[in-house]
Amino acid sequence: MSDSYTLAKIIFGRLTWESFPIHEPILIGTFIMVLIGGVGVVGAITKYKLWGYLWTEWFTTVDHKRIGIMYMILGLIMFLRGFADAIMMRLQQAMAFNGSEGYLNAHHYDQVFTAHGVIMIFFVAMPMVTGLMNYIVPLQIGARDVSFPFLNNFSFWMTTSGAVTVMMSLFVGEFARTGWLAYPPLSGIAYSPDVGVDYYIWALQIAGIGTLLSGVNLVATIVKMRAPGMTMMKMPIFTWTSLCTNVLIVAAFPVLTAVLALLSLDRYAGTAFFTNDFGGNAMMYVNLIWIWGHPEVYILILPAFGIFSEITSTFSGKRLFGYTSMVYATVVITILSYVVWLHHFFTMGSGASVNSFFGITTMVISIPTGAKIFNWLFTMYRGRIRFELPMMWTIAFMLTFTVGGMTGVLLAVPPADFVLHNSLFLIAHFHNVIIGGVLFGLFAGINYWWPKAFGFKLDTVWGKRSFWLWAVGFWLAFMPLYILGLMGVTRRMRVFDDPSLQIWFVIAALGAFMIAAGIACMLMQFYVSIRDREKLRDTTGDPWDGRTLEWATSSPPPDYNFAFTPVIHDGDAWSDMKKRGYQRPLDGFRSIHMPSNTGTGVILAGLSTAFSVGMIWYMWWLAGLSFVGILAVAIGHTFNYKRDFHIPVEDVVRTEGERTKLLATQG
Amino acid sequence: MSTEATAAPTDANPAFYLAEEPHHPEGSSTALGFWMYLMSDCLIFACLFATFAVLGGSYAGGPGPKDLFDLPLVALNTAMLLFSSITYGFAMLATEKGKVGATQGWLAVTGLFGLAFLSIELYEFAHLIHEGATPQRSAFLSSFFTLVGTHGLHVTFGTIWLVTLMVQVGKHGLIPANKRRLMCLSMFWHFLDVIWIGVFTFVYLMGMLR
Repeated sequence: MSDSYTLAKIIFGRLTWESFPIHEPILIGTFIMVLIGGVGVVGAITKYKLWGYLWTEWFTTVDHKRIGIMYMILGLIMFLRGFADAIMMRLQQAMAFNGSEGYLNAHHYDQVFTAHGVIMIFFVAMPMVTGLMNYIVPLQIGARDVSFPFLNNFSFWMTTSGAVTVMMSLFVGEFARTGWLAYPPLSGIAYSPDVGVDYYIWALQIAGIGTLLSGVNLVATIVKMRAPGMTMMKMPIFTWTSLCTNVLIVAAFPVLTAVLALLSLDRYAGTAFFTNDFGGNAMMYVNLIWIWGHPEVYILILPAFGIFSEITSTFSGKRLFGYTSMVYATVVITILSYVVWLHHFFTMGSGASVNSFFGITTMVISIPTGAKIFNWLFTMYRGRIRFELPMMWTIAFMLTFTVGGMTGVLLAVPPADFVLHNSLFLIAHFHNVIIGGVLFGLFAGINYWWPKAFGFKLDTVWGKRSFWLWAVGFWLAFMPLYILGLMGVTRRMRVFDDPSLQIWFVIAALGAFMIAAGIACMLMQFYVSIRDREKLRDTTGDPWDGRTLEWATSSPPPDYNFAFTPVIHDGDAWSDMKKRGYQRPLDGFRSIHMPSNTGTGVILAGLSTAFSVGMIWYMWWLAGLSFVGILAVAIGHTFNYKRDFHIPVEDVVRTEGERTKLLATQG
Repeated sequence: MSTEATAAPTDANPAFYLAEEPHHPEGSSTALGFWMYLMSDCLIFACLFATFAVLGGSYAGGPGPKDLFDLPLVALNTAMLLFSSITYGFAMLATEKGKVGATQGWLAVTGLFGLAFLSIELYEFAHLIHEGATPQRSAFLSSFFTLVGTHGLHVTFGTIWLVTLMVQVGKHGLIPANKRRLMCLSMFWHFLDVIWIGVFTFVYLMGMLR
């Protein structure tokens, strides 16, 4: 009896039948839904014999455009999960008054708010931002691909591996109950002995490797692969913000890796970095994680600033106002984002001088950001503004983000922060800037670049419905939180005593439901657009009268992006080409040198997932085996020296010939 | 770019594309990309140094640097690593001259110095743990073992990489791809040397003064 027990322990580690949350009806319901959906998708792929196509054309691809699209799909799927968490919290908080416990127990509720934060930042905002940069940057700089195409594929799959690990925690074991940054000592082994924090650690470590490598990749791409003539100050502004974001990624993510490694050592090896005893110091963790965490905020918002800049300029039909100041503002924000981290914990008690320093640096960031807002306004001033969907999102952003930015300046004042710290005012503030800034930026970007990626525009009727529901829903959902925060309500509460607060939570829940309707309309918008794609088709490759190079090629662009490497003479390169009567070359094509696809990225990420599972559940044999496997596959990959091929000239001639025909029908 | 455009470009109607594919030598971004990776790795060490700086005095009633460190042994260890950097330099010189055998020979010597370094470090760790100065004993020892151990782990992976490259150089000779890889490992190896000088100074020498 005891022998078989030890054997089971060796094989399954901590995993037992009790690890499956069969006593949680909500989770069982979710699991059944996911199961039905999953079986449906897998069945459909098998029925239509799509596995081979998916594997050779998508999973193993090194094409930056396809990897970009896969990042966006990953982000969208995880967004639905993250939003489900959000609406569960809104419901719970609206219900749990007058002695009611609501419908979520504490154990479940604490996982929900942790998962919501982790998923929204790491597996929604990050993949979507990375996806857009991946798709657009090489096109904007006239390159064929990124500097390290294989690494790009590998990065994507590592991010996916992290997302899979988080999703696994929903049905096997549990997720962390610590809040999205897992502060010790709560996240230490003494207070969180379960698998939750381990799921958190390994999901972020694996995904973090992917993010770091994609950061290195995009910096190298922007620095080394620009088309001839494109000096730094002629780069499109989105490329500039991408460059700064990726510099931030390279300079910030190692800190996350290090601090999570130290937390793992505390949990696995019993070291005393952040413990209460043996000389540990929990505030060391808080400092380190915010040295990563604050730049992370700018990693997300800078590309959004770039998107808004491109859109404002395009839809105002004008060159961007104050390009140079925009570049400098971006660079200044990049640098300043490193010297503000302590404003996340003024209450640590580091003294008046230290708090003043960080309070002032925080307020100073609003200067370059304000300069950007004015640049956009002046770009619109006397422009012929076209109120298409991307422009509508941009204007909604300017209004929303400015309010969010101002509440941020309020929080930057240390004495005010002592009152508002960890209150719902803070929650309202950062949702105000992340939804109003990053998410609106992503939606603007999706509406703007969708025709480039797929060759047809998005439906405007459903798009506008989605826009209005989102814009109004956002204000309804988060303004009550500002009020509640000023009244002193703290974050992460599950039940409330004071019945006078309930009305605000009910209003916030209504707002959340409006946003839910907005998301439904957005999915509808995608569906309707794909259904009516022939009607919405754009054959020109330049549906918005664009100004930058990505609009110079066909939609969707061919594998090689540009048949001939473009030469740039002006900041708004495509605008300049159109103005000076550029003629598309019709002959003289050459064969094109391209990188080959490889399955190594998928295999390495799969092994990494197995490694995470082994570490989380203490299945040491699995962790050991998969680690050896990772090493073997990685070394094996370096023995493959043939990593490229040439697209034959006939293929280029045929592709370009088809485009010529298409453009001719356009007239 | 050295390639020319098709039609004779004029100011009013300049060339907007290159008729010939510009020649991007393969791996032209590798040095930059690897350099950035090294800097990100450097930040990991920066965090570990910072952690050691904060927690290095938290002995929790346990032993401190003066009770534990054996400076002559660490000096010997430092010499091993510094020698390995010199011999890696010789390997790169042999690579420049196109000598496959000499390159592999110097790589082997470098690897042996690396292994000697690792052996001495493991001996030191075993000795400390035997004396009860385990990583669990105090925050000082946690941060000491983590900082020094992370460096050791890097040397271990560097050695595995070095062996891999010796095989690849043997198989394909000093082709451009292999030269590029040797250069990356060279940067990695010297980088670890620089980190070690930081460890030796801040952890061991200044620890003795604490």
